Order: sequence, then C-alpha cells, then structure tokens
Amino acid sequence: MNTKEKIKTLLIDKPLKLDCGQTIKDFSLAYETYGSLNESKDNGILIFHALTGDQFVTGTNPVTNKDGWWSFAVGPNKAIDTNKYFVMCANVIGGCMGSFGPSHENPKTKKIYGTDFPVITINDMVNAQINLLDFFEIKKLFSVVGGSMGGMQVLQFVSNFPDRTKTAVPIACTSSHSAQNIAFNELGRQAIAADHNWLDGKYTSKNIVPDKGLAVARMAAHITYLSKKGLQEKFGRKLQERDDLKFGFDADFQIESYLRYQGSVFVDRFDANSYLYITRAMDYFDLAKQCNGNLSNAFKKTKAKFFIISFTSDWLYPTQENKDIVIALNAIGANVGFVEIESDKGHDSFLLDVPDFLKTLKNFLDKSYAEI
Amino acid sequence: MKPEFKIISDLISEESRVLDVGCGDGILMEFLIKEKNVDVRGIEISKSKAQNCISKGLTIIEGNAEKDLEQFPDKSFDYVVLSQTLQAFFNPEKVINELLRIGKQAIVTIPNFGYWKIRLHLLLKGTMPVTRTLPDEWYNTPNIHLCTIKDFVFFSKKNRFKLSKSLALRHNRPSLIKDKNLGIKNLSSNLGIFLIER
Repeated sequence: MNTKEKIKTLLIDKPLKLDCGQTIKDFSLAYETYGSLNESKDNGILIFHALTGDQFVTGTNPVTNKDGWWSFAVGPNKAIDTNKYFVMCANVIGGCMGSFGPSHENPKTKKIYGTDFPVITINDMVNAQINLLDFFEIKKLFSVVGGSMGGMQVLQFVSNFPDRTKTAVPIACTSSHSAQNIAFNELGRQAIAADHNWLDGKYTSKNIVPDKGLAVARMAAHITYLSKKGLQEKFGRKLQERDDLKFGFDADFQIESYLRYQGSVFVDRFDANSYLYITRAMDYFDLAKQCNGNLSNAFKKTKAKFFIISFTSDWLYPTQENKDIVIALNAIGANVGFVEIESDKGHDSFLLDVPDFLKTLKNFLDKSYAEI
Repeated sequence: MKPEFKIISDLISEESRVLDVGCGDGILMEFLIKEKNVDVRGIEISKSKAQNCISKGLTIIEGNAEKDLEQFPDKSFDYVVLSQTLQAFFNPEKVINELLRIGKQAIVTIPNFGYWKIRLHLLLKGTMPVTRTLPDEWYNTPNIHLCTIKDFVFFSKKNRFKLSKSLALRHNRPSLIKDKNLGIKNLSSNLGIFLIER
C-alpha cells in the first residue's frame, strides 16, 4: 500500500473563506476514526492535534509505523475510551499528512504551492474540520478535546460552533500566543529559512529538503516542551558513549545527542513549509482579539461544559494562561472545571504517561457522558 | 459527612446556584445535589481532593479561594458556602466580603473557640486546645484566625452584615442564637452556622 491508500480523505467542495481573504474549495481533509458511532450519534469526540501531530491519534501510524501521538490517552478502556466513544481526528489544513497543505499542487499553476499557499489560521483549521461532523451526520459532539495547538482549536471550535458539542476539554493551551511563544516559533522559522535547501519554499521542485533547518527548528521547539527539572533528571551532564570530554563539537553530552536524534527523525515525517504555516497560525491566534478584546465573549453563546487542564512544569503554556480561560468562563457563569496536574514532564506532559492526568481526563469524560 | 451539612442543606432552597468554597472531597456538593437539586460549583486548593471531586463528576476549580474568588461576577450565586474554613485564611475579612459580593447570601460555619471545653482546656492545662473540630497542634494548625461565636456576631454587626439566621450546634443539634442567649450559646456550642447577607 502506498501512503495515499493509507490515508482517508474527504474532498470538501463547499467553499471556505479563509481569514487571509482567499476562498478555497475542492480541498482535501485527511482524517482517521476510532471506535464506532452509536445509533443516536451522540458519542462523537473530535480530537484536535498539536503542531506536529496528525490524524493518527492511536494505534500504529500507517505512514510512520510508529505509535499514534496520543496512544497513552486514546484507545480501548483508556482515558478517551474507543470502546465507548467514536473518536475522529483530522489533519489540520496547512499540514502534511494528506490535508490541503503547502506540499499540494496548486491547480492553477500545476506547481507545488510552497510559500504560495495561503496563510491559514486556527479559525480556518476549525472551519475546515466542521465538515467532518457534517460528513458523519453528527449534529452535536459529546466532546472536543485537544492539547497545545489542539486546545486552541477546542476554544475556537466552541466559539464558532457553540451548539455542536456538549463538553470541551482544552489542555495545556492558551487563548493567545505570548511574545515568548511567537519568539520561539520565529526561531524555528528562521532556522528553516536559513537552510540553503529551503529555496524560498520551492525545495520540492528541486527534489531536496531543508532538513538541517527543520531539524534545528525541531530541536529548539523540543526544549520548550520539556522542563528544566525533567531534562536535568534524565540527562544531567551525562556523556554520550564516551568516558570524557573530547574537546570538540561532536555530541559529547547525552542531551546533545538526544536533541540531534529528535531533529533527525522529525525531518523524515514533517514538511518544512507546513512547519512555517502551522507555527504562523499559532502565532496569529488571539481569541480575545477576535471578540472585541473580551475573551468571555467567545463563550457567551455556548452551554458546553468545559474542563481545563494544565501542568505544573509547563512553561510554554503555563497554568496562569490556562487559568485566564477559566476566569473568562467564570465571568459569564459558564460551566467550567479546572485542575492543574503535578508533573515534571513540561508541556509534553499531556502526550505522556502521566497517570493523574489520564485518570482525571477519563473521570471527567465518563462521568459527563453518563450525565448528559 | 459532617453533621452541619444537613443544617446547611436546610438553609438552601431547591434548584439554586451554589458555590462551595473549600469543597474538599465534594461531600457537601454531592449531598446538596441529591437533597436540593442545586447547580453547584466548588473551589478546592488540594490537588488530590480536586481530582477526587472530578472523579465524582462534580464541577470544581482547583484554586486558592483567597485569590481566585475575584473572577466570579457580583451575585453570580444564590449561596456561597464556607464550611469551617474561614479561620484558615490570611485575611478572613476580605474573604467574607468576597463571599457576600459573589453570593446573594453566604453560609459560614465556624468552629467555636469559645466552647466551654476549649476554655477549660486552656484554663486547666495551659496549652493550646486540641479538640475533635480543631485537631491540630499550635505549630501545625492551618487555623490561624480562630474566633468565637460571639466574635463572629460582633464582627458581622460592625460590618453591618445581616445575620438572616444564626445557629449554634451542640451535640449535633442546632438551636437559634439570639442577642439574649449569645453568652450561653457561645459557651455551650462547638460550632456556629450563619446565613449572612449584606
């Protein structure tokens, strides 16, 4: 089976007006589902993936042959129980796992889009994914769930489609990208742009990839996903397969070797231009600004029950930024719960085996499903 | 279940909106849902207790009531309940004012430091009283602002809070506190329960 056969795709013929002003139509939306939709169609959960995620949430990713990115949380009897719920996830537009993105061919020019691809936003991503609900004829989801950029999409979804979910679980996220968030994303983008192979985004036509730049982008980002304490405990000053320093610039330290490895495996599965577009979408995200400067306005029309989760060691989207969302919801008397989970694993905690987190998420979903 | 929960529940009307400040394991919240079909939210500072509440399907916010009450709009709840927690705050005066801003009414319960057993303990033993309601030693107690029923009544009068109902609990039985019997209730009861509004 080649890659294309492993990817389920919807062709969306309904035009979608993007925030940048362009309108797209006949675009593809790649998706995957787990579990089965019940007769009343009220057990649907839409999961939104983060920056480098894709639609292959759990099980084996048929393209990379690795475990799905949220295998700890999603599956039979897991926190998001696929025996109980019908789980859907779509690759975001701008992505590189089958959905309309910069590695696609522009039908007008018959050339790969590259940086001619329109700049997309979190709003655009969510508006594209609503088509999935229509395809499965789901009027109202049981829940929308996502961490990091997935959490931003959860917030945007509820704001755009207040009646289409009963519960919403934004995890380790923010309602607007901070200067520090933008700064780290810009570092990644500049690393890609500085790679000679990038060719202003036209590398595909020359059959090359800006792998060095993309790897550096990933390495820098990866540091932001971990905590200082976590790094220190895992690596400290341990040396990599050597007894002493070599007085050179090889990877003397295990942490160097680890980051280089993270960078090298990333370039095999991710497109550099997609990385530019998706990080841009995150930087542009400012839900309060969309609502005349008042975040509460984003949630005024919804009756959805919110559950917000943050992690103690997450310095990328720290607890306070998650709490700001809680505060905006409480200000309008919305139904919102919040917990901060103790973990040394940094922002990545939501992807990892953090039992308190997984247990709490499961409890919230299963109890809410029994009630409503 | 604390014996006062039944009395708190009796003060609350059906299907009202309630905030339980310092909700612990959510036992009062569950009881109020069962008895009065209320729409109840909780705030709890302990991570494990907050997670425990979530596992019961309760809507709670992990947070510190001393700081996190600010986010709630004026009169957004019919009742705000504070069960035996007032004495643990750095600034009980500020907290009470917040309760009365957020809630149309507040229900506050206090362990009574004027209870005769506590007085006797201090008088005879000369050490800080340790009782069933106040089980900690002076050096590890979270209770830094203990008061008596009389103190609380005076405090409410000074701040012009209306005490819509004042109850004293003795052997788990409630009785009304009035101006006339304040001295004796302050001596004979281990707990005060107040329904307050501004």
